Amino acid sequence: MPERTMIEIAGVTRSYGAFKALDDASLSIREGEFFSLLGPSGCGKTTLLRLIAGFDSPTSGSIAIDGQPMNGIPANRRPTNMVFQSYAIFPHLNVEQNVGYGLKRLRLDASEERRRVVEALAQVSLSGLGKRGATELSGGQRQRVALARALVMRPKVLLLDEPLSALDKKLREQMQVELRRLQQAVGITFILVTHDQYEALAMSDRIAVMFGGRIAQVAAPKEIYQRPVNRQVADFLGGMNFVQAEIVGEEAGQIVVDTKAFGRVRTDKPKLFQRNGGSATLGIRPERLRVLWDEARAKFEVAGTVVDRHYFGEITHLIVEIPGLEKPLSVTETNDFGADDIPVGTPIRLAYDPDALVAMGE
Amino acid sequence: MTAAAEGQATPRIRRAVQKSLLQSEQAQGWALISPTFLFALVLLVAPILVVIAHSFWTQDYLTIDRTFTLEQYRIALTEPIYRDLLLRSLYVSLLVSVFTVVLAYPIAYFISFHGGRRKGLWLFLITIPFWTSYLLRVMSWKVILGYNGVLNSGLMGLGVIDEPSTALLYNTTAVVITLTHAWAAFAILPIYVSLEKVDRTLIEAATDLGDGPLRRFLRITLPLSVPGIVSALLIVMIPTVGDFVTPRLVGGKDGVMIANAIQAQFGKASNWPLGAALSVTTMAVVTAMAAASVFIIRGAARLAR
Repeated sequence: MPERTMIEIAGVTRSYGAFKALDDASLSIREGEFFSLLGPSGCGKTTLLRLIAGFDSPTSGSIAIDGQPMNGIPANRRPTNMVFQSYAIFPHLNVEQNVGYGLKRLRLDASEERRRVVEALAQVSLSGLGKRGATELSGGQRQRVALARALVMRPKVLLLDEPLSALDKKLREQMQVELRRLQQAVGITFILVTHDQYEALAMSDRIAVMFGGRIAQVAAPKEIYQRPVNRQVADFLGGMNFVQAEIVGEEAGQIVVDTKAFGRVRTDKPKLFQRNGGSATLGIRPERLRVLWDEARAKFEVAGTVVDRHYFGEITHLIVEIPGLEKPLSVTETNDFGADDIPVGTPIRLAYDPDALVAMGE
Repeated sequence: MTAAAEGQATPRIRRAVQKSLLQSEQAQGWALISPTFLFALVLLVAPILVVIAHSFWTQDYLTIDRTFTLEQYRIALTEPIYRDLLLRSLYVSLLVSVFTVVLAYPIAYFISFHGGRRKGLWLFLITIPFWTSYLLRVMSWKVILGYNGVLNSGLMGLGVIDEPSTALLYNTTAVVITLTHAWAAFAILPIYVSLEKVDRTLIEAATDLGDGPLRRFLRITLPLSVPGIVSALLIVMIPTVGDFVTPRLVGGKDGVMIANAIQAQFGKASNWPLGAALSVTTMAVVTAMAAASVFIIRGAARLAR
């Protein structure tokens, strides 16, 4: 992947009166990257997307696209195109006219225009539906039309504002795969806004997690999931067990901590780590704890008692109380060995990998 | 056994159906709308039927001869005076409705797109002229356009003209000006409603695809507000054809319209059948003109894409 910067966001703030929708955000997005802005509603992700598109201007800070400063340049003259959350399909035009909308202004000759519309419709698997009216389309088809209408403009950056949120689960998963495939085929920089962590993890090259107008962490999906910088990010990306620990040593980029259940652990110091007296918080994902069956032994294990059980079809969540821990641990176990049949009250042993224990910044 | 049982069962079922029909939603629906339905029947349908019936009769001095004849229609359609009056009425109403829509559109656009939180206040302000009677509003135009009126005194004060102009009042122009003002609010409201319904995201999408303010107005906002334009046009066009107060008060002899002639037939001239025939002819022509306008606008909107 080329390492050229496509979008440079430098210290961008957007205030509405005293409220800061976006607070001093800095970010650089590479060319050809599938980048996601992930966060709960009201975290400022859509505000940032609209600032990039040019529908809104920053209160302070600057945005550059492909090296060109964008301050004062209106949305219609930016090399970006957007797929709107509501799709914004023009109701008075048919599919072909919708897709060709932006091309009209370029004054291409008729055959070239036609060729590009047909090509764009083929890219989103809508060939042959060109004459269909905008009001006669299903949700998934409308989404594809919106996508084709933006792609046909060959933008430098394609902006997607929660494009899959209105689709049902099955179609959404199918579109995730298709969007990713399409992005790799056309090689355009995609910026996706979403509140769905699985969507972001499945599709992105990198993710920026946002809370309260601030960017909390920017990293690849695996890094974000496995090494979240703080409890907020950890929580947002899925279940996480938090364990209080005592700091006993600190060296270079690592800390050594003592925990009641997991013993002495050496772990990487998180980026935002602040030594808060002698204690630290460690986190471990529920699926990184594994049930040890019968006489099986592991190098690292903890013992406890099952106090609750939640069945989710292919997996079961076990709630396991460990002596000495203030909160019981949540354990995700696949059901192939019968985790769904473990009765509440059973004593149990759990295996873990000390590397899965990560220290959290606050 | 089964056949006999079915034979007996049939009448019982039919009785049940009849009973349920009286209590059915349909019957309840009819019962619910009947007061308004009867009201409309008595006050709308009946008078129209009376008018249509009269148009096929003849006035025989003080009585009405009730033998069927098309004589009245022959007069209404061939007498130059009625033909001219009808054509002038159509011309005036077309002019008024076009002017009204052209002037109302920017106002409706402003309220809808730039009214902000004061939209309600703006709409309220537009209705203020309607707190006074229609007659008073027409009369006030007389004050403005008259020989010693506001406009003439103003222009003379500025030295633009030396003596008061008589070209302002008692002609077709005065009728058009007065009617355009009188019907403004009726055009603003439907256009406003149709502009409110335009999804603002569509305008953003057009911007995103490269359109500047003028292009996105012509390609998105205007076509999507066509229903409002059509209803505004019809709301103004249909009643103005039959208006007789305005031409009577500000129209002078040039401004007389078909409704004045109809009024004369039912009044002084005392020829109800001819008045009825003129009314029916006018109704038919207005319907045709309204339909034609709708088709032309829809067609133009389709071509503009």
